Amino acid sequence: MTTSSAFKPMTRWQWAGLAILALTALFSLVAPVVGGDPLVQDLDHVMVKPSAASPLGTDHLGRSMLARLGHAARLSLLLAALSVLTAAIPGAVLGVAAAWRSRWTDTMLSTIADGVLALPGLLLIVLLTAFAPGRFWPFYVGLSLALWVEYFRVVRASAQSLLRGPQVEASRLLGFGPAYIVRRHLLPELFPLLRTLMTFGAATSVLSLAALGLVGVGLRPPTPELGTMMIELLPHYQEAPWLIAEPILILLFAVTGLALVAGEREFR
Amino acid sequence: MTVARLFLRRLVQALLVSLMVSTLSFFMMRALPGDAAMRVAAARYGHDLVTARAADAVRAELKLDRPVASALFSWWGDVLRLNLGTSAVTAAPVVDEVSHQLGYTIRLALASMGIALLFGLVLGVLCGLWPGSVFDQAWRALAAAIRAVPPFILGLLLIVAFSVEISALPAAGTMDSTSLVLPALTLAVGLSAGLIRVTRDALKSVTESGYFAFARTKGLSLNQALLRHALRNAAAPVTAYLSVQLVFLIEGVVAVETLFAWPGIGHALVHAIYARDVPMIQGTVMAMALLFVCLSALADFAILAIDPRRR
Repeated sequence: MTTSSAFKPMTRWQWAGLAILALTALFSLVAPVVGGDPLVQDLDHVMVKPSAASPLGTDHLGRSMLARLGHAARLSLLLAALSVLTAAIPGAVLGVAAAWRSRWTDTMLSTIADGVLALPGLLLIVLLTAFAPGRFWPFYVGLSLALWVEYFRVVRASAQSLLRGPQVEASRLLGFGPAYIVRRHLLPELFPLLRTLMTFGAATSVLSLAALGLVGVGLRPPTPELGTMMIELLPHYQEAPWLIAEPILILLFAVTGLALVAGEREFR
Repeated sequence: MTVARLFLRRLVQALLVSLMVSTLSFFMMRALPGDAAMRVAAARYGHDLVTARAADAVRAELKLDRPVASALFSWWGDVLRLNLGTSAVTAAPVVDEVSHQLGYTIRLALASMGIALLFGLVLGVLCGLWPGSVFDQAWRALAAAIRAVPPFILGLLLIVAFSVEISALPAAGTMDSTSLVLPALTLAVGLSAGLIRVTRDALKSVTESGYFAFARTKGLSLNQALLRHALRNAAAPVTAYLSVQLVFLIEGVVAVETLFAWPGIGHALVHAIYARDVPMIQGTVMAMALLFVCLSALADFAILAIDPRRR
């Protein structure tokens, strides 16, 4: 039986998405180095247009936009990678456990997952930010707590049907243990699903950080963060429209890249 | 049978989410730095009028004077009896505040849902009837582009376009009926972009089916075949899609209400966070989570009503 989608080659769109992501990541690595200190103000050079000296211009306090955007992008991508990994690994392990173990384990884990699912992720993060306003950890913990359920549900559903399949039965009859079955039968089928979920999860985390920065319960200024920058620069739209466009474009770049890698067809 | 099971599942979900939110709020009350009772009393009576007695009264009200375990149980008991305490800022009962704000949020949600359904369904049906046409391709490309833009960015773009550039619509507040337009439109644009695609695909698969071809062959006009055979079949996936989108509606409400200063429940939550008003944080988060569970339950039942195969 070769229903596996594991070796489906990437489409042109997925390659394009990967390229966009790579560019964003490269920007987040190079810009903080080239751009200088993101916090240093220079009130003599406020809202300077992009030029050779400052490639992306300066903001309303004369801070280098290149440095600020670079730091902000790095923060977003780092948070995305961290929270996605923290959510995916326990989520997948618990999913396999729920499919494998007794009915009781399954019921218990599924009920917990249902409960978490009833609280939209953004609300959970907001609730946690109240514990430590302006700090980084509520985002990380909140996102991981909200995101693991997706992995759990998807892995549980497909592991259940895989474990009932004839291949697994054959392996069991031949005397292979659980480690072999997980490695040989489950993981190859689960990887493509996990990859799709992880790209969605990364997009969710980038968007949540920016959304909360925008409404003012995110990281505190002067920390460079995409959402905070947007709301700071909105009042200066009429004098310097390019300034607010820059963080918006970086965010759209990251999110579009992720959506394309996930495969546009499945995009919600 | 299925109806009872679905109902039970949502009920358990509602209980679990209330338990989760109230436990987190309880510990938040105790974890925040400084004397919570003093802070609440100061906010309520003014900084100059705080006495030790006032603080003690607040301490008893918030159960800060009792050991953790017993306080937690009585806190849960209060929540189950829908006694959510009083706001630390306005001193009004949280239930009153939240029910007032809920009205604004429901108005916003209904308006955006209405706009989204109108555009999404009509354009989706038209695209699905002529798949591959220029009309279909143009709308699908536009919808795909819009889907990549999160609601708060759409909100910023709409503010810039309608309030700053042409000064046609108010960007914030609730001065008159036009204030609802921009926030509702912000939420609706994203929703309808998804709806167009799902409706189009659902209708396309129905019109390409054997039973639809048979209905046409036996002499039904296009309109008759659509009304009797296509719409209900296409409605099932569309409803399922909408029920998944409810999360994005609730999350979008928080960002969009704050951005446009629309005095709904998401806006209240953000302000409660600024003010560290724990009873209001608990009340608003719980109200939104329960609203979400109720709407999900409604969507479940709608899907059952539309699609008899699931019963």
